[in-house]
Amino acid sequence: MIAHAIFFYTFSIIAIVSAIMVTASKNTVHSVFFLILDFISISCLFIMIGAEFLGMIMLIVYVGAVAVLFLFVVMMLNVAQQKNQWFAGQATSKHIPVGLIISTLIFFEIIIVIGGWKYKPEIFDINNSLANTSVSNTHSLGQVLYTDYIHVFQISGMILLVAMVGAIVLTFRQRSGVKKQSYIKQISRERAEGVEVLEVQSNKGVKIDD
Amino acid sequence: MTEIGLGHYLTLGAVIFSIGIIGIFLNRKNIIVILMSIELILLAVNINLVAFSIYLGDLAGQVFTLFILTVAAAEAAIGLAIIVVYFRNSGTIRVEEIDKLKG
Repeated sequence: MIAHAIFFYTFSIIAIVSAIMVTASKNTVHSVFFLILDFISISCLFIMIGAEFLGMIMLIVYVGAVAVLFLFVVMMLNVAQQKNQWFAGQATSKHIPVGLIISTLIFFEIIIVIGGWKYKPEIFDINNSLANTSVSNTHSLGQVLYTDYIHVFQISGMILLVAMVGAIVLTFRQRSGVKKQSYIKQISRERAEGVEVLEVQSNKGVKIDD
Repeated sequence: MTEIGLGHYLTLGAVIFSIGIIGIFLNRKNIIVILMSIELILLAVNINLVAFSIYLGDLAGQVFTLFILTVAAAEAAIGLAIIVVYFRNSGTIRVEEIDKLKG
């Protein structure tokens, strides 16, 4: 149990510090790196408390796809020149107190909810019926995901399809002035417009192009 | 202190959620960091769902975490595509200079 506590505090301190660094870092590329560190430590926490499948999926989806996508966009757009201008504009200073007040209010509201949970645990009844401990976490998740939640699963697939089509349509750009090979034009050429048979009379020759 | 319970995980989720809110409000740098703050908020929600799911013995929380993950990935893809298109059209993604709606 002491090992559990040590691991929990280690990973959660790393997660909180890197979350602060995501918002406070001056360089956007560093922010993305701290975001990756945050995701990795949270997925370690997930694996530690027994949600192995979600921890691994977090690693694959967030670190492997989303964070790399962020990194790609940050490096593709030219934001390096803007990295020294943090908290520089006049519009910034009036947002700081409002943001701090709202976020501390939200934090204390959530803490109050957690305190109510901690000191009055009989509000909700705890049922251990669905958790089947004889099979692994991935196995039991698969058992409910493809039976009880099959419609939601398919709808999430549709969401991914719509996101893919939307991203491609948004960033697709038709450039003008670029010579391209048109397969349709090539295939649909007939013999009549390509070849012409002429009777060449002697000593006259043939005129090409009018 | 050494007994790690549900409250510890929920507190961690609350801290990360608040940091995400602070990041949205305080950041005037560029929009990409705001998108990253939104990812932090979704991460905090995932922590809460997984902690409840483990400690209450109900798998529905983990299933819905999976769906939140899906929606977060879709949102990141669409948001970054919009940012790329905006940068291509206007040449900046600084938050102060995006004021075409006069909001």
